[in-house]
Amino acid sequence: MAVANSIPMESKKVHKHQSKSRRIVMGIIFLLVAAVIWFVFINGTDASALTTFNMTPGGSATVMSDWAFSTTKVLSILAVLCAVAGAYQLILGFQNLTNGILGLVAVMFIFSFLTWASSGGSLNLAGLLRVTVVRAVPLTLGAMAGILCERSGTVNIAIEGMMLIAAFVSTVFASLTNLWIGMLSGILAGALVAYIHGVLTIKYKVDHTISGTVINIFATGITSFLSSKFIQKTEFQYLNEPGMFPQVDIPILSKIPFVGPILFSHNLYVYAMFLLVPFLTVMVFSTRWGLRLRSVGEHPKAADTLGINVIKTRYMGVILGGMMAGFAGTYFTLGSSGRFDELLTAGRGFISLAAMIFGNYHPVGAMGAGLLFGFFDSLSAKASILKVPIPSDFLGMMPYLATIIVLAGVVGKSNAPAAEGKAYEKESL
Amino acid sequence: MAPLLELKGITKRFPGVLANDHIDLTLEKGEIHALLGENGAGKTTLMNILYGLYSPDEGDIFVNGQKITIQGPTDAIKAGIGMVHQHFMLIPVFTVTENIMLGEEAVKFGGFLDRKKAAAKIKQISDTYELNVNPNAYVRDLPVGNQQRVEIIKILFREAEILIMDEPSAVLTPQEVDELFKIMRILVDQGKSIIFITHKLREVMECADRITVIRGGKVVGSTTPKEADTKKLAAMMVGREVELKVKKTKAKPGNTVLHVENLRVLNAQEQFAVDGVSFDVKEGEVFGIAGVQGNGQTELVRALTGLLPPTEGEIEILGQETTKERPRSITELGSAHIPEDRQKDGLILAFPVSENLVLNSYFHEPFSKGIRLQFDEIAESGKQLVEKFDIRTPGINTPVSSLSGGNQQKVIVAREFSRPIKLLIASQPTRGLDVGSIEYIHKRVLEKRNEGCAILLVSTELDEIIQLSDRIAVMYRGKILDVLDVEDASKEILGLLMAGIKPSDEMKQKITKEEQIILT
Amino acid sequence: MEKQKQVQKRQSATAIFFDELSKSPGLITFLAILTGIIISGLLVAATTVEVYEAFSVSFFHGMGEIFKTAWSTYSSLFLGAFGNPKTIITAVQGGDALAIRRAINPFFESLVQSTPYIFAGLSVALGFRVGLFNIGAEGQIFIGALTSVYAGYAITGLPAFIHIPIALLAGALGGALWGFVPGFLKAKTGAHEVIITIMMNYIAFKFTDFMINGPMQDPNEYTPKTPWIQESAQLTRFFEDPIRFHLGFFVALAVAFVIYWLLFKTTWGFELRTVGSNPNGARYAGINTTRSTIIAMSLAGSLAGLAGANEVLGLNHRLVPSFSSGYGFDSIALALLGKNHPFGVVLSALLFGFLRNGSRQMQLKSGVPIDIVSILQALILAFIAAPAIIRTIFRLKKPEIEEESIKVGGWGGN
Repeated sequence: MAVANSIPMESKKVHKHQSKSRRIVMGIIFLLVAAVIWFVFINGTDASALTTFNMTPGGSATVMSDWAFSTTKVLSILAVLCAVAGAYQLILGFQNLTNGILGLVAVMFIFSFLTWASSGGSLNLAGLLRVTVVRAVPLTLGAMAGILCERSGTVNIAIEGMMLIAAFVSTVFASLTNLWIGMLSGILAGALVAYIHGVLTIKYKVDHTISGTVINIFATGITSFLSSKFIQKTEFQYLNEPGMFPQVDIPILSKIPFVGPILFSHNLYVYAMFLLVPFLTVMVFSTRWGLRLRSVGEHPKAADTLGINVIKTRYMGVILGGMMAGFAGTYFTLGSSGRFDELLTAGRGFISLAAMIFGNYHPVGAMGAGLLFGFFDSLSAKASILKVPIPSDFLGMMPYLATIIVLAGVVGKSNAPAAEGKAYEKESL
Repeated sequence: MAPLLELKGITKRFPGVLANDHIDLTLEKGEIHALLGENGAGKTTLMNILYGLYSPDEGDIFVNGQKITIQGPTDAIKAGIGMVHQHFMLIPVFTVTENIMLGEEAVKFGGFLDRKKAAAKIKQISDTYELNVNPNAYVRDLPVGNQQRVEIIKILFREAEILIMDEPSAVLTPQEVDELFKIMRILVDQGKSIIFITHKLREVMECADRITVIRGGKVVGSTTPKEADTKKLAAMMVGREVELKVKKTKAKPGNTVLHVENLRVLNAQEQFAVDGVSFDVKEGEVFGIAGVQGNGQTELVRALTGLLPPTEGEIEILGQETTKERPRSITELGSAHIPEDRQKDGLILAFPVSENLVLNSYFHEPFSKGIRLQFDEIAESGKQLVEKFDIRTPGINTPVSSLSGGNQQKVIVAREFSRPIKLLIASQPTRGLDVGSIEYIHKRVLEKRNEGCAILLVSTELDEIIQLSDRIAVMYRGKILDVLDVEDASKEILGLLMAGIKPSDEMKQKITKEEQIILT
Repeated sequence: MEKQKQVQKRQSATAIFFDELSKSPGLITFLAILTGIIISGLLVAATTVEVYEAFSVSFFHGMGEIFKTAWSTYSSLFLGAFGNPKTIITAVQGGDALAIRRAINPFFESLVQSTPYIFAGLSVALGFRVGLFNIGAEGQIFIGALTSVYAGYAITGLPAFIHIPIALLAGALGGALWGFVPGFLKAKTGAHEVIITIMMNYIAFKFTDFMINGPMQDPNEYTPKTPWIQESAQLTRFFEDPIRFHLGFFVALAVAFVIYWLLFKTTWGFELRTVGSNPNGARYAGINTTRSTIIAMSLAGSLAGLAGANEVLGLNHRLVPSFSSGYGFDSIALALLGKNHPFGVVLSALLFGFLRNGSRQMQLKSGVPIDIVSILQALILAFIAAPAIIRTIFRLKKPEIEEESIKVGGWGGN
């Protein structure tokens, strides 16, 4: 017994050892950020320059006065803060807070960048952030679709295809009836496509990526086919007029200056995102349902030996994921553009996938990644008004580059479910 | 009164294999019933049927005299049956509590996990049966012995009466095995009943109340430890008289072939799996490395064969330093490697036999000229080796995947032995093989030794180590605790060493006298 | 074995024939294509108003209309892909060279459309052979087009027989770079190539967009376009207008043969296939898996890069923003259809090329949108990937030895 009991202590040591290399990497990253702010941003700025941020998005009733400050002073403060964080991390380490601090440093870096890029001019910060939130919606919802699928063990690169089909279906049904039925039909369409993905991967044990590719090609084909055959033609134009969910200002909250217009003056998709993220977090990590869902994604055989129906649970995960992807798909038509156009999802399903991985298969992480990617998206649209000549295409690349960096393990390993992508064979010799 | 559990005429066919052939088995309340048989005899299949993981083609199951049908683990759990699987069914990223309550969750407000309630129940079970498990630990952080106890609690948590334990000792040190047997006794004393699956005679003799032997999917006999004699049991298990000892001449060690000094190797978790190991292996001797699985043997072998670069220390093969060499240059020096996991490392299952036979010589003449492969030569050499090493295969173009385990291992042996080698590193060379194949491989290995080849044998099977080795090193947590001549080694001493305890000289002498009697 | 023979003796010769036939893997491929065609035909019928009108008359009218619709769709597709025999005969009789060229153009145009498919299909197939899922062919095509077009217009004063290889090589190198990155990351860090290549696709799109809009924009144009490539870099055309059939097709065939030879006849290919089949075993056998992975992915990238080069050097002669082709994603389906064998890839590339070309004619003639081809490709891919579906539909027997299927696994790496 003495022997057995002494081992756990050693494994604790191991964790310290592991976190040591991560601690140093993180510390260095923080210091690098500080260095960039100091040497690139501050050095390249005139000491007397002012940065002006507009704090009211265009067209908002809730007004807040502009915020003007000395560029170099603020940058110096931010650089020092990052440097302190880096030094503390290197010497002592933030332990469990590391990820939070990383997020904080990232925010400080982005803020410094904006400060620097708009010094001597003005930037509508509120507008930028408001658009960020909007752009984050399909990415976050798509990433949560991915989480539901992948936590239960099915790889889903077909989010794009599911979104596309849902967008099409919702348009037609919303045009024929009303927005709510349109949304519901989109969700159901997502579920149906996901069911096909489930049949191919779970029943026929097709490789998950290939099945996803089948669905993506099929979705592109069928929506473009039906679109050019019917709803793009004038005689069927009435099928492509679904309308849009209106913007709803939340009483009181939307009146808060700066924050109100950014967060509380949107249509229902933004609010749905805010509600679904905590809801899914609780469901996945704190309920019986979530425990079982995760167990079939981690070790289906173990789940099976405890009487959990692996096949059924996996179907459930995939179909719920499909419904979420379908919901995300309806955003494009009913929440954003008010009509269906061919390929209107424009690869957002794939960025959702990236957001899911970036967010470490956690809804909160996924929203964080969605917001980050949404920010780059919204910034790239404004790239031309920045002082700094960074082509919008390069800002547009940021989400993809960030994902590659995460996957390459620079910021730490992501915890993909262990049995993800593997078919479950009940009886095998 | 009807027995607690009764299996009647259980039959199960897999494509091409009759895994269980009309097996009958009874289990009385409060007994430990050992199911003895060699690898592939059908023990695990039978238990998977009882636990509902496989469905039988024929046969009935009775619990307390009532006929029941078990279509899945849920039915088995309902019938009071629980199973500790050979490969633990635990989810590393879940806590002990989560693992145990999965499927039988304690919930509040109609679906939210009540981890505290479950943990309390686990604590209580753990105390009752003296299992000593922390409910809040993550399973990935627990040592193997503790993981096994988590598995046992998983069953008790479901209030099972019948416990199936499938080869529970395979991953434990002899001392941990004793601990396990104690736990099993406590369980039985408290009214539980256990089916204990194993292929180790010693364990059966030690802890079973009744023994049933199965071979080739059939029950061949039933007995109790008091009446049984090991030799007879062994014969029943294998189907013929087995020579429990391989005849072996005394080694005539020559020059040093492999020299290892102060080697340290990190594993995937960045721990020092090998932590300052030094030894020499000489021509014409078998140097055995004993130890419980997971004490650094795998990493040691991977470092020696160039698959895992060591962080510190030095490796020399035939006087040449190979510490940082790639696998290819090490094999080219005249070293051969029988890997621990033949299907994962040793073979390309989808490739034909002939191509597997040239897996590390395809780039040499005559198998290739320049970059062009010479398929005629490869086929010709394949045919010869198949004949010479008695590989049972439909042809040399058959994919290796369709060969039996024993023949797959022969392909590896044929490939490695057909080259002029001076050093053989054999890791678990007989794992999972039937007795016939084991004998064959042992014979071949000793032949190589007698030809003057230096052999490093790594095995977790103590019997194999004792039978083949001339010198035995015991690895424990990455260190070699002691190196013994085979004459001085006994199971007990090796067992203590494997558990990390270095016996004093007095103790050694005492044990040697007492324990020479027990075979296998 | 003997038992089997005895059983067979009792069967009639035809039964044995069908038995053997049903086990052959070629049959599955054939039936997969056939089933895909039938379902797509039904889909076209189901979306045709006339069919419903006919059904309102009677069931038989309806069925007839379904058949008629499917027939007109596929016949116009066929004629679009191969040319109309009647037109060809009339043209030949007429003796007018232009008319003849016009008549036989569909066939050659199909070959033109097949050419990038061959390159991209080889790219994906090579990846699969090494156990890598190259979903990034699309991005590699873009970069290959970009680099080759640069070499095409920036280098001047070279004779064609030097300039063409250089421009092709530039495309191959560009693609190789785009393949190298995921290969390197996979080999060194275990980052999953599927995600990395998807990300690399978008980076390629953005980067190409940036280059066409900026550094590489033709200063004489108001819209973003690169300059025309030199005449010496244009892939030789064998006929006059309107036939665009060019040297690229033969380059593709040659490359396919070289890949075949490398994969199956050399030690190098043996190593790659070993890595693809069992990377642990390959490592054990002393094969440098890191190097193999990186080389294979780079080579796969260069093949896709050639597809891009082929398009700009052979057809467009400049790079425009709407270059996007979808070749990269289609080629996943065609690589699998061709069983990841270079010759199989050539055959399925021809099929896809003919479909693609024929579908344009079909859209003009029978008003069926070109996208039906994507649907058909998706269906074929699904049936190829899940042969059990085809076996169930046609009640075929299961082969004794499972075919090796492609496995990619989750994102976690390793």
